[in-house]
Amino acid sequence: MWLIPILPLLGAALNGLWGKRLSLRGIAAIAVGAVACSFLLALIACFSLGDAARMESYFPWIAGADFHVDFNLYLDPLSAVMSLVVTGVGLLIHIYSIGYMSGEKGVHRFFAYMNLFLFFMLTLVLAGNYLLLLVGWEGVGLCSYLLIGYYFRREDAADAGKKAFIVTRLGDLGFLLGLIVLYTTFGSLDFPVIFAEAAQFPVDSDGSGVLTLIGLLLLAGAVGKSAQIPLYIWLPDAMLGPTPVSALIHAATMVTAGVYIIARSSPIYVQAPEALLVVAVIGCITALYAATIGILQTDIKRILAYSTISQLGYMVMACGVGAFGAAVFHLMTHAFFKALLFLGAGSVIHAMGGEQDIRKMGGLRKKIPITFWTFLFASLALIGAFPFAGFFSKDEILWRTFTSSTGAGPLFWVIALLTAGLTAVYIGRLVFLTFFGESRADPEVASHIHESPKVMTVPLIVLAVLSLIGGWIGWPQFLGGSNHFEHWLEPVLAAPAAAHAAGKESIEFLLMGLSLAMAALGVYIAYYLFLKRREAADRLAQASGGIYRLLLNKYYVDEIYRFLFVKPLILGSTEVLWKTLDVKAIDGTVNLAARATRGFGDTLRKIQSGNIRSYAGWVVIGALLLIGFMVTVAA
Amino acid sequence: MNTLLNCILFLPAAGAVVLLLVPRQQPAAIRGLALGVSIVTFLLSLVLPFRFSEQTAGMQFVTDRSWIDSLSIRYHVGVDGISLFLVLLVTFLSILCVLISWRSIQEHTKEFFFFLLLLETGTLGVFVSVDLFLFYVFWEVSLIPMYFLIGVWGHERRVYAALKFFLYTLFGSLLMLVAIIWLYNLSGTFDSQRILSAIASGTLVLSRTQQIWLFLAFFIAFAVKVPLFPLHTWLPDAHVEAPTAGSVMLAGVLLKMGTYGLLRFCLPLFPYAARELASAISVLAVVGIIYGGLVAMVQPNLKKLIAYTSVSHLGFVVLGIFSFHQTAVEGAVYQMINHGISTGALFLMVGMIYERRHSHFIRDMGGLATPAPALAVFFMITSLSSIGLPLLNNFVGEFLILLGVWQVRSLYAVLAATGVVLAVIYMLWMYQRVFLGEVRPENQNMPDLDRLEKGILLPTVFLMLLLGVCSPFFLRKMDASTLSILERVGGSEIHVQDDSPENQQRQAVRLMAPRNPAFSPLPKDERSGETVSGIAY
Repeated sequence: MWLIPILPLLGAALNGLWGKRLSLRGIAAIAVGAVACSFLLALIACFSLGDAARMESYFPWIAGADFHVDFNLYLDPLSAVMSLVVTGVGLLIHIYSIGYMSGEKGVHRFFAYMNLFLFFMLTLVLAGNYLLLLVGWEGVGLCSYLLIGYYFRREDAADAGKKAFIVTRLGDLGFLLGLIVLYTTFGSLDFPVIFAEAAQFPVDSDGSGVLTLIGLLLLAGAVGKSAQIPLYIWLPDAMLGPTPVSALIHAATMVTAGVYIIARSSPIYVQAPEALLVVAVIGCITALYAATIGILQTDIKRILAYSTISQLGYMVMACGVGAFGAAVFHLMTHAFFKALLFLGAGSVIHAMGGEQDIRKMGGLRKKIPITFWTFLFASLALIGAFPFAGFFSKDEILWRTFTSSTGAGPLFWVIALLTAGLTAVYIGRLVFLTFFGESRADPEVASHIHESPKVMTVPLIVLAVLSLIGGWIGWPQFLGGSNHFEHWLEPVLAAPAAAHAAGKESIEFLLMGLSLAMAALGVYIAYYLFLKRREAADRLAQASGGIYRLLLNKYYVDEIYRFLFVKPLILGSTEVLWKTLDVKAIDGTVNLAARATRGFGDTLRKIQSGNIRSYAGWVVIGALLLIGFMVTVAA
Repeated sequence: MNTLLNCILFLPAAGAVVLLLVPRQQPAAIRGLALGVSIVTFLLSLVLPFRFSEQTAGMQFVTDRSWIDSLSIRYHVGVDGISLFLVLLVTFLSILCVLISWRSIQEHTKEFFFFLLLLETGTLGVFVSVDLFLFYVFWEVSLIPMYFLIGVWGHERRVYAALKFFLYTLFGSLLMLVAIIWLYNLSGTFDSQRILSAIASGTLVLSRTQQIWLFLAFFIAFAVKVPLFPLHTWLPDAHVEAPTAGSVMLAGVLLKMGTYGLLRFCLPLFPYAARELASAISVLAVVGIIYGGLVAMVQPNLKKLIAYTSVSHLGFVVLGIFSFHQTAVEGAVYQMINHGISTGALFLMVGMIYERRHSHFIRDMGGLATPAPALAVFFMITSLSSIGLPLLNNFVGEFLILLGVWQVRSLYAVLAATGVVLAVIYMLWMYQRVFLGEVRPENQNMPDLDRLEKGILLPTVFLMLLLGVCSPFFLRKMDASTLSILERVGGSEIHVQDDSPENQQRQAVRLMAPRNPAFSPLPKDERSGETVSGIAY
């Protein structure tokens, strides 16, 4: 099992150390080969898994005093699904990258980082204890940093990478403290030990217990990694990295790590309903919030980025209402269609010679048909059209939300439904503006538009197929399916008591119809505003001036953060701490003491004047004092 | 009489003396000799961990004989689990210091290497001395070569910085000398082991007031060296002006003399005072962590930036030591070694940049990754180590410290953990301004690392990985020694202090929760947090 993560690490090492001397073909062979082997191994591991979870321990990592933690890997249905998604989607994106990155300088660096990323991501999902999970957790953050800043000569790309690292690290602070509380509570960081013990704890119903604390601290990490409010700000900027990176890291895998950790810790969360409620609220708000921003963005990748945030919010919300299985299901289907959307966007950008503004596209349907059709499949999956993958997972989430035991279920459901509508609007707008209508590109650019090479389109087609059929393994029971997927995951994921007790099939059917209608409505609005009557969109924008500007500027959150945190921190550190406190107060005191000593010495020096008469005077004074002292003491 | 340890201790000094006999006109021979001596010393010291017994808490490789009879001053040296890897750190960094000065020191080569080797013996002596007088002698011996290294081979304001460094630390160490003599008057011996056993057997009783005063005198000497906020202002100046080798030794080794002294002498000799003042010292440590990080963030000078990060990192070490929790103390010792390697490597690279750009100012850099990719990679790895990325060395130390401190003073652990976030901010921001972005025209043709420089940096990166992945090899050797020190401090009060709401909650929950023995893969006493910390005391 250890080979699964190690192979990409080897690939990374080979390419990193000697890649410079290899041809593109050699580099690609190493990178893709390593991932393909891992994928095969993961497949084998999954099929040989059976019912029982497997734990493999290798050697102690940290052992001192009373603390002990091993390098160990843990394979159960949850980590099996995750590692298949990671290696499978990763493999396709690696292949795609061969075409996309050809012609860039330093391709070996790119592939080395990508392989390194997969190593850490696999460590994350296969880790057998929280600390090793943290290795993967921080490692993927590092690779994200390196890959966002791949075009490191560009100042904005370097900025974006740094921002991503720092913002997620804020969340990791919570995660780290969470681990410490976990250890002090359970005396171990291994999953089986913790989950077995957590189940013995009483349900933490008033939210004051240690499990709620752990839940909230882990959530902080998840919020950073999965780009939830209020730490989502790094993800849109992360789009400055190469597009395959956005597809792999910032859509399909790394950003879902937050969802994974919540699902993984489900035995803890079900005992801490208050923490779970916070999870649901954060997810729900994020889903809606990001969708509203997505509507007005003009950069094709940024729209997808906000869409990712919104969909991640969906998954987090699903976790929050106790539907961990549905969340993981959506995580998987989302990995397929969102990776496809990004790769498709990459293909569009490739065709347009680097243009990312959808206002300058249009009418691409005919010119790049494969990209168009695959993109369309992914979009349909995203809005949850039957029978695409997204339909099943999204519907599952909506249904579970509605019937959840939190009490606020229907409210969450309404927001989620609204989000589904908005999703349809923004992705509809994206598709209509990009692929339909008249071309708005420069004639110069327009004349060069061409379909991408096979090495790029084949992964697109594979992902398109997955976006269609990927959801079928979770075909719900009332539609005649058996929902294999969730049954498989059931032993791993704890469920809150009485979560799906209520629920009639007729209601489920009604809800499903509603969500489909909502999606259709969204698509129609997009069609009406952005294809049929474009002037209507402009009029609407003018009519709603304030809100329009607020949305266009992403609620000014970046500006607010800058004003509230970044500026005071830097100014305060420079002016108050460094220049005033450190240099003037502390060092000033030290220097003052030194000067005082010297002044005192100078004064004393004057006594040693070399003048015999003054010496004689001192002798007399001294003698008098001595005699006086002896007299008084004697008396 | 242990030949091995004595050889390690005095070989550099002997080398320094031989160096004086080599004619000045043969700088190559001087360098070669210095390199040879430092390598042989390192190889000898490499034997230590493999012949080290993990079972005993006491000193090993001991030599204990009378030195100055009339004052009952003894030549008593030895190594235990705390000093073992610090000795290796010194011998390791000394090689790198010789190599990094290979080309950059062209004037007074002979004297430079003489002082460098003398410094090695001085610092080694500090870590192996058991006798307090001997300790003091080595403490001062390490001060003098450093003074000359900064004052003679430093940069523009070297004389000011050297004098400041000298006076600042001398001020502290004189207080320590007074305390040592007072302790001698009370106990009749300078030997710390004998004093400790006298305390343990009750033949020597230090009153509470005495303890407080003695503790403070030692503490100030060590705190200046660490440097603990607010006694740190000599450090940035000294670093900025010191030659590269001086900075490496300063950050890598000399600062650890302070934290080592706290752990070795302040804790076991004056347990009452240590417990009384632990909270106050922890406050200073936490302030140092955050303050050092914030001030580092806005430094325009690379060396100053790294100097302030030392204030932050060493704050972690002090916080760990004064938690009196074994996990945290081991983390602190581990962190001393980590900091020596990582910060040492950072200073080495800043020195390499300086040789090319003749500047320490970040504004003069920019885009260096384009002309010097290898340097950029090494710098990245070292920065990540310094940030505390898992699988690299600093993570292990920081995590253990936070884990231990949390169990004693939760709030402090939370505050200290923000230092980890600050570390990301200042390191990455600095890295971006130095290495990323469009390359400046004057840096266009900056040469990348050559073989020698890569050879210097590779071992440091190797150690960062080794310490990050194979920590039990190092940590297990510290178990017995840290435990014995903490036993002397007497940690029984610590559990009384641990009345944070979380802990009470935990206790309550534990009482309520029925335990199912079927789920426990470990024996019970290893599993529960309370009993585990109970073992330590």
